[in-house]
Amino acid sequence: MPKLLIDGKEIEVSEDVTVLQAAEMLGIEIPVFCYHPKLSIAGNCRMCLVEMEKSPKPIASCAMPVCEGMVIHTQTPMVKKARQGVLEFLLINHPLDCPICDQGGECDLQDITVAYGGDSSRFGLNKRAVPDKDFGPLIETAMNRCIHCTRCIRFATEIAGVPELGATGRGEEMEIGTYIQKAITSELSGNMIDICPVGALTSKPYNFQGRSWELSHTPSIDVLDAVGSAIRIDTRGREVMRILPRQNDNVNEDWISDKTRFACDGLKYQRLDRPYVRGKDGRLHAVSWHEAFDVIADRLQHVPGDHIAAIAGDMMDAEAMVALKDLMMALGSPHMDCRQEGVRTGVGPRCSYLFNTTIAGIERADFCLLIGTSPRWEAPLINARIRKNYLFTGLPVALIGHFHEQGYPLDHLGNDPFLLERIMKGKHPICAALKAAKNPMMIVGQGALRREDGNIILSLARHIADKYEFVHKTKSHSFEYWNGFNVLQTVASRVGGLDLGFLPGPNGYAVGEIIQAIRRKKIEVLYLLGTDEIEMKLLKSAFVIYQGHHGDRGAAIADVVLPGAAYTEKDGTYVNTEGRIQRGLKAVSPPGEAKEDWKIIKALSERLGFEFSYNTLDEIRERLVEINPLFDEIDCVQRTQWREFGQEGVLCSDPFRPTIKNFYMTDSISRHSVTMARCTQEILADKQRVSSYD
Amino acid sequence: MKKSAPKKDRSASSSSIEDLKTFSFSKENEERVEEIIKRYPKGRQASAILPLFDLAQRQCGGWLPKSAIEKITERLGVSLIRGYEVATFYTMFNLNPVGRYHLQICGTTPCMLRGSEDLKRVCQRHLGIECKETTEDGLFTLSEVECIGACVNAPAIQINDDYYEDLTEESFLKLLKDLEAGLEVKPGSVLGRQGSAPLEKESPC
Amino acid sequence: MLSQKDAIFTNLYGRQEWRLPGAKKRGDWDRTQAAFAQGQEWVIQEIMASGLRGRGGAGFPTGRKWSFMAKDDGITPRYLIINADESEPGTCKDRDILRYEPHKLIEGALLAGFAIGAHTGYIYIRGEFYREAEHLEIAIREAYEAGLLGKNAASSGWDFDLYVHRGAGAYICGEETALLESLEGRKGMPRLKPPFPALVGLYGCPTIVNNVETIAVVPTILRRGASWFASLGTPNNTGTKIFCLSGHVNTPCNVEEVMGIPLKELIEKYGGGVRGGWDNLLAVIPGGSSVPLLPKDICEMVLMDFTSLANVKSGLGTAGVIVMDKSTDIVRAIARLSKFYMHESCGQCTPCREGTGWVWRMLVRLADGLGTIKDIDRLEEVTYQIEGHTICALGEAAAWPVQGLVRHFRPELERRLGVQ
Repeated sequence: MPKLLIDGKEIEVSEDVTVLQAAEMLGIEIPVFCYHPKLSIAGNCRMCLVEMEKSPKPIASCAMPVCEGMVIHTQTPMVKKARQGVLEFLLINHPLDCPICDQGGECDLQDITVAYGGDSSRFGLNKRAVPDKDFGPLIETAMNRCIHCTRCIRFATEIAGVPELGATGRGEEMEIGTYIQKAITSELSGNMIDICPVGALTSKPYNFQGRSWELSHTPSIDVLDAVGSAIRIDTRGREVMRILPRQNDNVNEDWISDKTRFACDGLKYQRLDRPYVRGKDGRLHAVSWHEAFDVIADRLQHVPGDHIAAIAGDMMDAEAMVALKDLMMALGSPHMDCRQEGVRTGVGPRCSYLFNTTIAGIERADFCLLIGTSPRWEAPLINARIRKNYLFTGLPVALIGHFHEQGYPLDHLGNDPFLLERIMKGKHPICAALKAAKNPMMIVGQGALRREDGNIILSLARHIADKYEFVHKTKSHSFEYWNGFNVLQTVASRVGGLDLGFLPGPNGYAVGEIIQAIRRKKIEVLYLLGTDEIEMKLLKSAFVIYQGHHGDRGAAIADVVLPGAAYTEKDGTYVNTEGRIQRGLKAVSPPGEAKEDWKIIKALSERLGFEFSYNTLDEIRERLVEINPLFDEIDCVQRTQWREFGQEGVLCSDPFRPTIKNFYMTDSISRHSVTMARCTQEILADKQRVSSYD
Repeated sequence: MKKSAPKKDRSASSSSIEDLKTFSFSKENEERVEEIIKRYPKGRQASAILPLFDLAQRQCGGWLPKSAIEKITERLGVSLIRGYEVATFYTMFNLNPVGRYHLQICGTTPCMLRGSEDLKRVCQRHLGIECKETTEDGLFTLSEVECIGACVNAPAIQINDDYYEDLTEESFLKLLKDLEAGLEVKPGSVLGRQGSAPLEKESPC
Repeated sequence: MLSQKDAIFTNLYGRQEWRLPGAKKRGDWDRTQAAFAQGQEWVIQEIMASGLRGRGGAGFPTGRKWSFMAKDDGITPRYLIINADESEPGTCKDRDILRYEPHKLIEGALLAGFAIGAHTGYIYIRGEFYREAEHLEIAIREAYEAGLLGKNAASSGWDFDLYVHRGAGAYICGEETALLESLEGRKGMPRLKPPFPALVGLYGCPTIVNNVETIAVVPTILRRGASWFASLGTPNNTGTKIFCLSGHVNTPCNVEEVMGIPLKELIEKYGGGVRGGWDNLLAVIPGGSSVPLLPKDICEMVLMDFTSLANVKSGLGTAGVIVMDKSTDIVRAIARLSKFYMHESCGQCTPCREGTGWVWRMLVRLADGLGTIKDIDRLEEVTYQIEGHTICALGEAAAWPVQGLVRHFRPELERRLGVQ
């Protein structure tokens, strides 16, 4: 390992480290614009120039690999002059519009100029004017401000896998743009706003809404898919102003999806801010919490316990689910389920419903088989990892299922479940590749499981995993441990619900049976905990209690509405598709009289005369651990035991159907987001137009 | 002669009016395309983008329509924007139609020292066009280009594929008139110099 | 002074036939196999011993460049690239080789390809040289038909394929890594170095990029011996060189002469003297537009080689001699070069993209008499702010001519202040 000296401090690092990274390890700051740790090295901004002994010219530290005996200086007059010079060049054509620029206050160019720049401008000529571009409903452009660092181009090409951005023209006429003016067709496009070091690309929905120094920051977890991306909730007063990514290299790296980022305006509309009860006139009337609870208590008085059922929704925290489970058990009902769309898998061992490879583990795979899934829409950040692996190692990816462009080459084997049988029997050309792979992985999507024969498919997938050694059972304790069997969950609450056993108890009904039982009057009271994705007219004949944060599908048919909190408004525990237990933090209070969900259930339980062991957040979290000790380990993934699961049986020949019809609107928050509605209109409609044109 | 200014805007969407709706290589060029792609190793066919753009430009009468960019990038497995980057980076690709004779006056210092400014004036006076403009009859487009590498035969001008060298105002005017009259003109030094040899006063040739 | 028997480019003006039979009459393709019999190492050693320095402008010793080539692993292809993107203002020497001596280049390519272990070569020729490319294509076809290229080229036992690749109008593609980018089908934007092309070049494979003239002299050196070549010229500046005399001379021309010929002799003897006589001389740019100009007093004595010109803070560059007499508006002449660099800047890195335009605009203002005394200092400072801070050498190329102007013609710049 080469040793080098930076500003007199010695450091020994591996050969693939650059001078800039070595300096960073020593805590020496070198200003950069074009360099980004997750993107390829461009070396074009020249801000990171440092002095290297024996070199007549300063070197770009971001691109220079370390070498034995190197002597680097970052604070000499030569370096100072170089930095001042580069900054002056960047500023001569950069407009002086900081007062009206959204980037103001969190702008790399501002910060670096203050730290390293000169004190006045020597440029007396006219500044360059560059026409703004249309990048769609999410990204606002002000191309005069662009400093041509090409981060956005590299992001689009490398991470997002949509080579739609480029720099056209040359010299000082070079402009960043697209081939034709159109929205960027990526679910990750918002990240370009973050990586733009200046105000050239800013958030369109957040345009002129606030200043960075007015905002409070709360670290939290996203719940709009099952990835569990680390986010930062920026608030002003009681309003969520924007959502930004937090770095978590195990999960989302530096990125979040456009839905995670931009759907937050949905938190402002159609909120349930006080309890309602449906009157004799068939309309909902605002009532107090007491009145609402009284109505529920009255109705439950004459209903036997096994005539009550509960279904938990997609964005629920573990605390609320455990409280409701306790209540149901106290009421004597075994009828509960957290799988509202009716999937029947998930009752087996933990390895049968988790993304066992882990998200970071994808980078070690050497073959990937997708079954009935479109990770691009179901989990854009998992898809970004697959693409990352493809980019670095050329990962071959095959798909059985509905074809959807993923941003890397796909070997589409077809959309026929019987292909699985052929692979299991070794009668498919792909088998050779599976056999040859050292670390093969498969991703079984909800498109393959949300069907009558879901458990049969799961079992087939397990047989394939066994036959082609997707799981290195013998090496379960070594570093080479590998489990390539993955189920991709699509909703945030699912793994938590399954881990806590929010599932039918002995003789209990699953979702499908609950619906039938309602028709047969065997279920009279139904508790919907943020459940909005069921065909609601099937539930109407029951007495429906809806607890949630949006006046969406569930509230529309409810007899009692209890206003709960959205994920930004409560402290909650969520388990992502890998089985990673994470905690979201409360950034703002729920609107009006709305309350945190577990507290509502706890209060209702008390009204119904039940006494539970917990009164505080800490206490209910102890209850979580009591039910499943896994909940004691925050932010980590426990290795699962490889066991048998699934069900033998006869496959149905129907092709796999896509799980998500519209990426931008999948839940009660994004359905009420104006921004997501625009995306649906402009990006999806545009795509359809383009494809029909093709 | 009156002038008509072509659009200066190089954004792809704005030139759509003049765009050829569909482009495909002629049968003859199709064979050349195959031959060109074969010059590069397998999987490196993107290397053929400059030669193919050039071939398409020749086929289209001196300019490169959007549809050709689209066809070629698709064929080479290059994304559209990368192809568009290339088309806008290299000065020899004309993204708008040019006249039958593309007068490319070298304006860089060695030619400037020997009178390239005068040649530009001849165009302004005689043809009534400025740089980046085309005569109304579509015969001439004027461009000032950077050093064309004929400095010892300055001032030089490139018309389509040929160089015309050692020009003066008079000889250039005659050249333009000959072109207008459809006469054949001889490329190279108008003084009859052999290549880059010094002019021999006694025996010019 | 070069005697006729030592001239390498005997058909520089194209007075004889450029095709294969004519080339053979001049000695091309004579005993080519002999070099192969001596082995790769010998070829590299001969070129090193000859003292040949790259003729494209930087003057890096060719033999040493070849010796940097990554070790042959037997799997990775290796490439020879010939840089025929001749675009440096004041330079038109490669053009003559391409159109009148193409077989010297092709033979040199085969030998150089052998020396560095390459079986494939590309000649990247600037797009404007359409007719020159035609000659080259014909000459290559002739060579293939005569068995001089392809399998067992020239009965040497070495397989070598050579292709012509035309550029499309970008000076920057003369920079070797920008050329590689362009050849790979992208914009000609220079790459970061390290890694150098000899390790990671075309398609990520070991690659050597050499100028046309460099490669074209290789066969003659190998035939006549390194010591013959080294005996010409001055120490460290051996051999012959094609000089291009342009601008205000009576008979502009290209001429092959020994390295180290006095500038004055070159101008007087071949250029027919400065227009209006030697005393009418204002300044000379001795090595293509990228090197600083020299005022008359330096021109009196200076020798035309790398060392002598570096000693007077200029350079031999491509040996494109641009002569300017006293009628020249020197500020506008240099301003026009600044415009050239602004136009040819690829736009990739900050100092060059932003700096070249600023420099040009300041120079135009100074030329127009709109400048102030501060502008002269600012102009100079800005050029130093570009120099040394860019990815490729275009930064220096844009800075040096302006620095030369300020260094030698400051009084002229000051005289113009506030005129208007």
